[in-house]
Amino acid sequence: MPIDILMPALSPTMEQGKLAKWLKKVGDKIKPGDILAEIETDKATMEVEAVDEGVLASILIEGGTDNVAVNTPIAVIAGEGEDAGTAAAAPAAAAASVAAAAPAAVAAPAVVTAPAAPPAAANAYDASSEVPAGTAMVPTTVREALRDAMAEEMRADGNVFIMGEEVAEYQGAYKVTQGLLQQFGPKRVVDTPITEHGFAGIAVGAAYEGLRPIVEFMTFNFAMQAIDHIINSAAKTLYMSGGQLGCPIVFRGPNGAAARVGAQHSHDYAAWYSNVPGLKVVMPFTAADAKGLLKSAIRDPNPVVFLENEILYGQTFPVPQMDNWLVPIGKARIHRPGKDVTLVSFGIGMTYCIKAAAELEKDGIDCEIIDLRTIRPMDIDTVVASVMKTGRCVAVEEGFPQSGVTAEIATRVMGRAFDYLDAPVIRITGKDVPMPYAANLEKLALPNVGEVIAAVKAVTYR
Amino acid sequence: MAVAARKAKTVAPKPGSKASGSKASVKIIANFPQLTRDEDMHAYKEMLLIRRFEEKSGQMYGMGLIGGFCHLYIGQEAVVVGMQMGSKPGDQVITGYRDHGHMLACGMEPRGVLAELTGRRGGYSRGKGGSMHMFSREKKFFGGHGIVGAQVSLGTGLGFANWYRNDPSVSLVYFGDGAANQGQVYESFNMAALWKLPVVYIVENNRYAMGTSVNRASAQTDFSRRGLSFNIPGEQVDGMDIRAVKAAGERAMEHARSGKGPYILEMQTYRYRGHSMSDPAKYRTKDEVQKMREEHDPIEQVRARLINQWKVAEDELKAIDAKARDVVNDAAEFATHDPEPDVAELYTDILL
Repeated sequence: MPIDILMPALSPTMEQGKLAKWLKKVGDKIKPGDILAEIETDKATMEVEAVDEGVLASILIEGGTDNVAVNTPIAVIAGEGEDAGTAAAAPAAAAASVAAAAPAAVAAPAVVTAPAAPPAAANAYDASSEVPAGTAMVPTTVREALRDAMAEEMRADGNVFIMGEEVAEYQGAYKVTQGLLQQFGPKRVVDTPITEHGFAGIAVGAAYEGLRPIVEFMTFNFAMQAIDHIINSAAKTLYMSGGQLGCPIVFRGPNGAAARVGAQHSHDYAAWYSNVPGLKVVMPFTAADAKGLLKSAIRDPNPVVFLENEILYGQTFPVPQMDNWLVPIGKARIHRPGKDVTLVSFGIGMTYCIKAAAELEKDGIDCEIIDLRTIRPMDIDTVVASVMKTGRCVAVEEGFPQSGVTAEIATRVMGRAFDYLDAPVIRITGKDVPMPYAANLEKLALPNVGEVIAAVKAVTYR
Repeated sequence: MAVAARKAKTVAPKPGSKASGSKASVKIIANFPQLTRDEDMHAYKEMLLIRRFEEKSGQMYGMGLIGGFCHLYIGQEAVVVGMQMGSKPGDQVITGYRDHGHMLACGMEPRGVLAELTGRRGGYSRGKGGSMHMFSREKKFFGGHGIVGAQVSLGTGLGFANWYRNDPSVSLVYFGDGAANQGQVYESFNMAALWKLPVVYIVENNRYAMGTSVNRASAQTDFSRRGLSFNIPGEQVDGMDIRAVKAAGERAMEHARSGKGPYILEMQTYRYRGHSMSDPAKYRTKDEVQKMREEHDPIEQVRARLINQWKVAEDELKAIDAKARDVVNDAAEFATHDPEPDVAELYTDILL
């Protein structure tokens, strides 16, 4: 059967090109790999190689022709033992059918409209039902709660292990992994060299194989070295594999500002990770949430970025004494019910809201405080339901202002509850500067209670 | 000889040269790792399938049926086929973006691979991954990675999982001479050696990182030495000679499997085509490419042995080629007419 040679597409963007010259002439024997012609594309001069064996039966487009559309038949090769003369007569029809079939199939997606993501109703989540009535509450630091969560999950599942810098012998740079080496041994509590990019990749590879790694970054600032594996290797693989290859892994460690550690050790990455489909991003405030969410994160089949805070590590909260204390990822918690204004925050941002609400109560302003707990997927329903009740919203975070998590909250509240808002949403964020070292400047760079109080007074027109 | 092996025991007779079937070369061959007739036949079939598949991919790219990037493996077939011939069930494979050959060598279906190239629902990733992103848990193929060098850390992690589970499997980690300069490669070497992980690192040195020759990019061009500061043994192998590849692969895998830690194999190979389909390959001469094709082609070497040493009839070889073409044409037919993914697929497989 004669074989048509079509004008090839030689780059992802090429639609037409110049058939510069033929390097073979009619009657020449052709074998795979032979250079047939030169084509000038929009980018470069390329060679057309023969794929099939035979004799060049005819040339349909002469050398030097400009603007030859991709898939136009340019020559015909006659197969072994075929008559070049009769072969030359056949090509046009066959070539046309190939040319017609290919672009039609390729062009199809351009006219397809992306289906909208399913809308959700604004039903507030009731976190108060998470702890059964009568459960004993034990005062616990966030640090201990995180350690207990890991220990419980490691006991329950032999595939769970922790790796990171100083997690084992040193007992954790911030003592979060204290005692785990003694309990689980060096195979499951793995000290790594200082090599974030490498060990994050190793952990993701181990997760592909079905282990459930917990990767501790000494701080999330250092995870910048590893962010390629968090995003390109962990978050995207399930999608790129058509659902075949999940990545059950937790990346955890302290995030954001501590105290006086300068710009390279104070960055809040909540907004960065929250931008990425395929990740879950958790940022707890209380010890109970830290424990329940970390246990959920370890059990989750997806990659979870778990953002802790050094200042919160030592703070004590009541933690329910339960065998299986789990907090669902993706659900907010109403920390303080109120009727006048909705304060939304997460992680250490909650501390500003709680203090501001206590002050504002003295002025007769009743604040509802929502702790998002999870940044992605974001429980915007609980926020919207609250705003529908209060008509006002202030969102607080320590991260930078541009493209921040609170910008996302404000946009979604506007989209879902515009008619209920009695004032524009106000965002209180860290200042748009690298974190300074000087005590006075650092204090200025972070949000403060006064700013939250002023914002609440502004949206309530007091 | 451009791809001469460094070590005495892996010195090959000039492949494809006149001598390969003559009496003079027989003596050298006697000291050289040999394949049985069945192994040579297997190698021929496997490599030919990859060659024909890649030729078809290039053709379909030209027809606009395959979009974006498409990196062909033509010329390098002996590397992955030889390694697979020495591997055991359960051994994992991971590589970069030039991955079609690895998938076929792992036993993945040509239809599924080609339909992924055309972005159709029958593709291994249901059309959502493309040429560089396919996986098969069943065949222990873990991608298909587009970030140069990322597969080295990820593949070390596969070896970590074997170590963690006391599983005797070995992780086979392929990367190019270009990726060999990435920092995470050495981070991974360090940890693999430190923890004695069962990993074989296979550097497919095809002499060009896109358009940059090895000499212009690498201070140390002997990639088998890249693990020396971590005490990782390595050797240079004639990656165009499947016998050398298989023998070196078996040595390396035995080393890794026996708990001695990682091993590096530099496979000296060559890609005939450009880096991707849109590469005019101006950084090398046509003569260089032609010389490699004529004198060192991995498939022609096996073919010559089949004819001269094993007395296989030309007709039988023709039939093998015809069968490879049939398989590839069937895959092309499927990949051309299989529907695109349902639009609902846009929002699936983001989270489990």
